[in-house]
Amino acid sequence: MAQIDEAKEKRKIKAVAKMKEIMTAYYIEAKTAEQAGKKVAWITSGGPVEPLIAMDVIPVYPENHGAMIGASKMGVDLCEKAEAMGYSSDLCSYARTDIACAPINGGPIGGLPRPDMLVCCNNICGTVLKWYEVQARFFQVPLFILDTPFCHTGFSEEARRYVRGQITEYIAFLENVCKKKFDTDRIMEVGKLSLEGQRLWQAVLDTAMNRPAPLSAFDAFFHLALIVTLRGTQQAVDYYKMLLTEMRERVAQGIGAVPNERYRLLWDNLPVWYKTKWLSEKFASQGACLVADTYTTAWCGSMRYIREDDFLDTMAEGYSRIYLNIGVDEMARQVIEMADKYDVDGIVMHSNRSCKPYSLGQYDIQRIVREKMGLPTVMIEADMVDARNFSESQIETRIDAFIEVLKERKS
Amino acid sequence: MKQIDECKEILADPYAYAVRFKAESRRKMVGTFCSYAPEEIIAAAGAHPFRLFGTGEKIRLAEAHLQSYCCSLVRGALEDALVGRLAFLDGVVFPHTCDSIQRLSDIWRLNVRHCFHIDLILPVKLDTPGARQYFVDVLNRFRGELGEKLGAAITDDDLRGAIVLYNRIRGALTRIYDLKSDRPEIMKGSDLYALTRAAMIMDRTRVASLLEEVASELERNGAAGAAAGPEKEERPVSGVPKKRVILSGGVCNYPDITTIVEETGGAVVGDDLCTGARYFSGLIDENADPLTAIAGRYLERVVCPAKHRGLTDRADHLIRLARDKKAQGVIFFLLKFCDPHAFDVPYLKEALDRAGILSMVIEVEDRLPAGGQLRTRFEAFLEMI
Repeated sequence: MAQIDEAKEKRKIKAVAKMKEIMTAYYIEAKTAEQAGKKVAWITSGGPVEPLIAMDVIPVYPENHGAMIGASKMGVDLCEKAEAMGYSSDLCSYARTDIACAPINGGPIGGLPRPDMLVCCNNICGTVLKWYEVQARFFQVPLFILDTPFCHTGFSEEARRYVRGQITEYIAFLENVCKKKFDTDRIMEVGKLSLEGQRLWQAVLDTAMNRPAPLSAFDAFFHLALIVTLRGTQQAVDYYKMLLTEMRERVAQGIGAVPNERYRLLWDNLPVWYKTKWLSEKFASQGACLVADTYTTAWCGSMRYIREDDFLDTMAEGYSRIYLNIGVDEMARQVIEMADKYDVDGIVMHSNRSCKPYSLGQYDIQRIVREKMGLPTVMIEADMVDARNFSESQIETRIDAFIEVLKERKS
Repeated sequence: MKQIDECKEILADPYAYAVRFKAESRRKMVGTFCSYAPEEIIAAAGAHPFRLFGTGEKIRLAEAHLQSYCCSLVRGALEDALVGRLAFLDGVVFPHTCDSIQRLSDIWRLNVRHCFHIDLILPVKLDTPGARQYFVDVLNRFRGELGEKLGAAITDDDLRGAIVLYNRIRGALTRIYDLKSDRPEIMKGSDLYALTRAAMIMDRTRVASLLEEVASELERNGAAGAAAGPEKEERPVSGVPKKRVILSGGVCNYPDITTIVEETGGAVVGDDLCTGARYFSGLIDENADPLTAIAGRYLERVVCPAKHRGLTDRADHLIRLARDKKAQGVIFFLLKFCDPHAFDVPYLKEALDRAGILSMVIEVEDRLPAGGQLRTRFEAFLEMI
């Protein structure tokens, strides 16, 4: 008995405690911002946070809150409240739960702090536009929209001009709301830290190329929080340095996220926030490790477009060409690249009712991956926060059948 | 009216019409999905803009490409394309609208290979100078790309001609809608639907004349009717004045809705629909630079919820429209899985409540509810007005 516990203890990632500490302090700071004389901005997960950091504005992420709501199993109740407010049950569950939370300070932390401003970048979807319009009317605060034209097959010159012009408008917006001048030296520092953070995050994810992978996608979903919320800060850089060191140690000692790693899989789409433990254990029980995923890589995928010495200019392209703002064929190409890099045996796709840009096109990506690499895919039909859309028995059956397919192929 | 019959005949089988028209006119057929598609530029190129509205058939092939949580317009359009019902199309144009159309564009590009494909990545914001400039830039690029695909450059004169034509179409539709709003009994809602829909499908030169004929005839009848006595035709047999309602939503393929409203004692006296007033609201400045003028019309016309132009634009418009048309109620028509429209309903309802205008919501997936459901609901709603 004691030996099994010891092995289990060794497998646990130590950095988890530090992350919890940082996120707690972060939310406390955000909720007491007014007393500290600081401003709070609500911003979308794909939004340009660096100028906020440079202006000393505390960025708050309703989507991160949505993930917490899902993980705390408060999603269904809040979705029902949103439906009572007149919002269709077919709408994104992040939006529904956040809209329901606002008037009642709902959710696991007693609600998000009131925003002084809203920053909405539609590079992830069109839903955020509508969601932030609702919140702008509710909170009666200024709303800035960064409109990043969709890059079906490329990034046009006119789109580049348009987005770059909006970065300038964004800065003017911040100066107006914060009543102070934008520090062009500070943004260079923040830009550097942002890129360093992204490089470190990529390095952490890359350690999963090893056999066995020291971390799984389910671990990555948890450690993702800082590169999303505090990108551009020294704190995020320090944290990922620490996490990377731990991952390298685990690789050196052969400690895998999954004992007896037999099958290596790639996860596509957002997590099923209220079932991460169940899914993780389900796959692990069969020796399957999710060694890569398209979701966590989205926060270091645009590095190739951004130059440290020209941060504001290159930000435009960086924020426009993220994973969800590109064509289905380009997404398929990136999935294949990842499948190859992490040497995966199959793909697990979460067909997420709440996220059309991520889910519509999955069938074609599945087909392309099958044609080009011969890899099998399993579809998990669910929702990221609304647990009413998760059928445990159906999904269990699907996963079991998928593992059988993988088993067959290995033999 | 024979013009209405002409439209109805075409609408009985739009694809058959397209095939026939293509053979007769030798025009290139360009499919569109959205009222933001700049038909003027397509027409200026000598091609025929043909609006697509989903399918009337069961979804089979599209199942392999699109999950069920996607609206019937998108799934249906893909279905018709994959089955081969849209073989007559030479090309399609996808203006940026919503997330589903965005992905349909990619899936279409990868799977429907017989026609050319152009993305028109219009801005989502319509209220900044930067967005305005970008809009014009995108139209410029489109003009070049389309000209290339069709093998002929589009000149400014071509554009001016198209602008004049579309102003005629939109002007005539506006006149007809206004006449019907003043005196709902002059035309059935399903007939108005036929005229409006035909304007998105038919030979535009023919449709401009047809609509002008209808408008003039209605005006003549109206003058004659007025001479005979204004009170005479306004009350149906029961002697009770009709309850006036506005229809608000996106793509509506169901003329039966207006019929049932009429049969339960109401009249649809105006609309804010993608396939209704949004299609023809706003004329184009015939004296300005053509491309800038075209952009201007799309930037300024009644806004679609997938675009952003301030926080209360749609509510302000809806209330103004209801007051203008002396409507006492609004019926929201929602297509299941249409996110932009669904997000706006609570705030629109609230704004209408404050303005003392009643509203109700009907949601449809791909066909109207069977039996007397709708009738019962409309009866109850109209009773409250």
